[in-house]
Amino acid sequence: MAKQKNILELEDVVVKFVGDSGDGMQLTGTLFSDTAALAGNDLATFPDFPAEIRAPQNTVAGVSGFQVHLGQRKIFTSGDMCDLLVAMNPASLKANLKWAKPGATIIVDESAFDEKGNEKAGYKTSPLEDGSLDSYHLIKAPISVLTKESLSNVEVDKKMAEKTKNMFVLGMMYFLFQRNLDNTLDFILKKFSNKPEVVKANQVALKAGYNYAETVEAIASTIKIGPAPMQKGRYRNITGNVATAWGLLAASERSGRPLFLGSYPITPATEILMELSKHKSLGARVFQAEDEIAGICSAIGASFAGSMAVTTTSGPGLSLKSEAMGLAVITELPLVIVNVQRAGPSTGMPTKSEQSDLLQALFGRNGEAPMIVIAASSPASCFHYAYMAAKLSMEHMTPVLLLTDGHMGFGSELFKIPKVADMPEINPPIAPPRDPDFKPYRRDPVTLARKWAIPGTEGLRHRIGGLEKTNIDGNVSTDPLNHELMVNIREDKVMRVANYIPEQEVFGEDNGDLLVVGWGGTEGMLKSAVGQMQKAGHKISLAHFNYIMPLPKNTADVFSKFKKTIVCELNNGQFVNYLRMTHPEFKYMQHNKVQGLPFHVKELTEVFTKILEDK
Amino acid sequence: MLDKRIEKSPVPLTKEDFASDQMVKWCPGCGGHAILSAVENVFPKIGYKKENFTIVSGIGCSSRFPYYVHTYGFHGIHGRATAIASGVKVANPDQSVWIATGDGDSMAIGGNHFIHIIRRNIDVNILLFNNQIYGLTKGQYSPTTPMGKVTKTSPQGTIEHPFITAGLVLGAQGTFFARVPDNNVKLMTEVLYEAAKHDGTSVVEILENCIIFNDKAFSSVTAREKREENQLILKHGEPMIYGKDKDMGIILKGTSLYAVKIGIGGITEKDILIHDQFTPDPGIHRMLGRMMGPDYPVAMGVIRSVKSATYDDMVEEQIDMAKKSSNIKCVDDLLNSGDTWEI
Repeated sequence: MAKQKNILELEDVVVKFVGDSGDGMQLTGTLFSDTAALAGNDLATFPDFPAEIRAPQNTVAGVSGFQVHLGQRKIFTSGDMCDLLVAMNPASLKANLKWAKPGATIIVDESAFDEKGNEKAGYKTSPLEDGSLDSYHLIKAPISVLTKESLSNVEVDKKMAEKTKNMFVLGMMYFLFQRNLDNTLDFILKKFSNKPEVVKANQVALKAGYNYAETVEAIASTIKIGPAPMQKGRYRNITGNVATAWGLLAASERSGRPLFLGSYPITPATEILMELSKHKSLGARVFQAEDEIAGICSAIGASFAGSMAVTTTSGPGLSLKSEAMGLAVITELPLVIVNVQRAGPSTGMPTKSEQSDLLQALFGRNGEAPMIVIAASSPASCFHYAYMAAKLSMEHMTPVLLLTDGHMGFGSELFKIPKVADMPEINPPIAPPRDPDFKPYRRDPVTLARKWAIPGTEGLRHRIGGLEKTNIDGNVSTDPLNHELMVNIREDKVMRVANYIPEQEVFGEDNGDLLVVGWGGTEGMLKSAVGQMQKAGHKISLAHFNYIMPLPKNTADVFSKFKKTIVCELNNGQFVNYLRMTHPEFKYMQHNKVQGLPFHVKELTEVFTKILEDK
Repeated sequence: MLDKRIEKSPVPLTKEDFASDQMVKWCPGCGGHAILSAVENVFPKIGYKKENFTIVSGIGCSSRFPYYVHTYGFHGIHGRATAIASGVKVANPDQSVWIATGDGDSMAIGGNHFIHIIRRNIDVNILLFNNQIYGLTKGQYSPTTPMGKVTKTSPQGTIEHPFITAGLVLGAQGTFFARVPDNNVKLMTEVLYEAAKHDGTSVVEILENCIIFNDKAFSSVTAREKREENQLILKHGEPMIYGKDKDMGIILKGTSLYAVKIGIGGITEKDILIHDQFTPDPGIHRMLGRMMGPDYPVAMGVIRSVKSATYDDMVEEQIDMAKKSSNIKCVDDLLNSGDTWEI
């Protein structure tokens, strides 16, 4: 009989599954997360895998991981250090031990820690025996061996038996968290519906792991994380890249303009291209171009022809698109450019995240080429900001650059499913047939947007292009005063967008000792850190920006109510310098990190504490 | 066949329907004027509604073209006309899309997009103004400038092997290629009509004189007193005969073409190759495209015109198919697909 286990009730917990690239850690983590979500936990996930597709087996280079942060409270991030590490081989332990909190629980597949495995990972002695893990709660389980034994009555070959060890460890985790197995059993049944022996092997391994965890003495307690208080509604788990794709589809449907995507594969943006390719039933036209330039140029052509046009990329691709972005600015055509940022310069670190494309987004074009720039701040928020990017672009007849990042793109969180009909209306200024007043650059007096005259419409034949044009008539012109007028109009048009975006919100009191300023993908970490310090009684607040160009109208007002301001970014100070330029009346401190890694809550609270202590 | 998808004009159109109010700013004597004239001739003849033509261009002298024709027009950036036009056609297949580009725009800075639009066989018509020089930047050599030519950037003569446009187009699996001299507007109009009828990317190379920076570059082929001897005007189904006295012809011997005189060495008219522009085998088309003086005449007219599925048609088919077969009919369906739960 299994001994009665203690129940450990926790607010939140960070779990990381790590193993060799072939060990199925992404699937294990995803299933674990889905089951947690069904149990009502709030959560955020982040997959961490190597750039190489199949690095040498069982080496540190080939380690693949999946981190999930779950809680019975609102979860803002996928967590920094983990409370529970599941390591399927020595290499994955070696690569990830530094991310385990002191005293963390570590579950290892003991059968993988043989001489050969240890040596491949670069361990001179077995970490399970040499005392190096003494400060952790180590659970050694011969997972591979037990999985094979559990399948002795199932007709599967050795290789398949070996492969199901991820289900065994998932079963163990389900016991540990007292989860229901039904959702995963059902998933297995659907996934392998035409291979009954594979269904059986996976299901048996899952249950065997659950039962093993129940009997083993090393697992003395189970963990209870109750449902998080969440708004009523229908939910799903979603990654940032998928949310971006869906937000664009929603904007297309709501505006009535068919979606055209011109794009070239690039990490970490490719998933948006792949996702939209699946949705031809919604009329999405997806053009996988021959290069980044053709991606944006085809999108500009499609926009001229009347589509809601999009191009997606990451930093190096954005550099290649610069000239064409200027073309979209001068032709005053709607276009959404999504830049899923990664660590640069040049190829940099493609699978690692950074916020270092901000200045390129704002200013990286020849001539005076202002552009609306907005940034999403979490995986699910990509849906809303992609939608808003498309809305602003079409209604104001100017390109919009949406910044997300690799961490957000690959990471996931729970998403409250909206109804498209409840989303804000999108009304592109389409010129009606035979409009007697139509001129290519005649404008709406309020927004300064010109009309969208779509080829095929009677009575609206016109020519536009990259050469400067006269205002209203749209004839080619090098007239000095006309050029200055057009430059100023294009600038003014973008600045007036400030009248159509929400005011900047402050997390916490609207006045105090320290205002933390952030933008984009760091919101979760900044909110967690600021929230912690607010609980401890500090007069600290957070202004986290999503609208960057133009800035919200009340920005100066927000800044003016704090004694000190610190701008935190994952770059060398791009937003802070933009603020020094746009709002020079304030003094800004800065905290920067350029390691291809997110902020950690602890590092932030230390920085903020020090500033608050300095008088 | 003209495109059934594109709406026809309910009334007959004339040249005037496409006349622009803009001053044409090409140099007097530039080959561009003849091309403009041929396009204004052929658009009414094609008969689509005048709102259903879009002209896209890149950069260079050729690329001012959209301003001179009263249609929907888009003047792009250097090298990218083909990429922009790809977007126009895929997004809006009801447009008859025409591209005006030059040798530098299409084969140097825009070389990549040029070969890929051809490979995809998107249903557009490319007017390639080949004057073998960069005109708008005032006289630097281009990718089609003959080797050894002295230009502003090759004072000792170029040391680059030029592209032969036909070779590049056919190498990229081109389905339509034609060549015309700029001083034969009648032939150009006929060929442009053929290009409009072709389903897929049609490339019409126009040997265009640049009177300022590369005058008489093609005069050995196009000059009045030489053209009959040095041009082979191809007609589908007819023998490849040329010359003032119609006594010269092209034969196939072994794996090569030869220019021969009928009556000499036992050659009779029966030995002369018959032009087949519709054969999918590109072998003879390639050889015809490469012919040049002094040993050969230059082939003019439609060299190749073969049927092949077009990208834009296949896009429509896939969308229709997906709309019929998918359960996801609207974005709400998509948002609620897969694993979701109520809280």
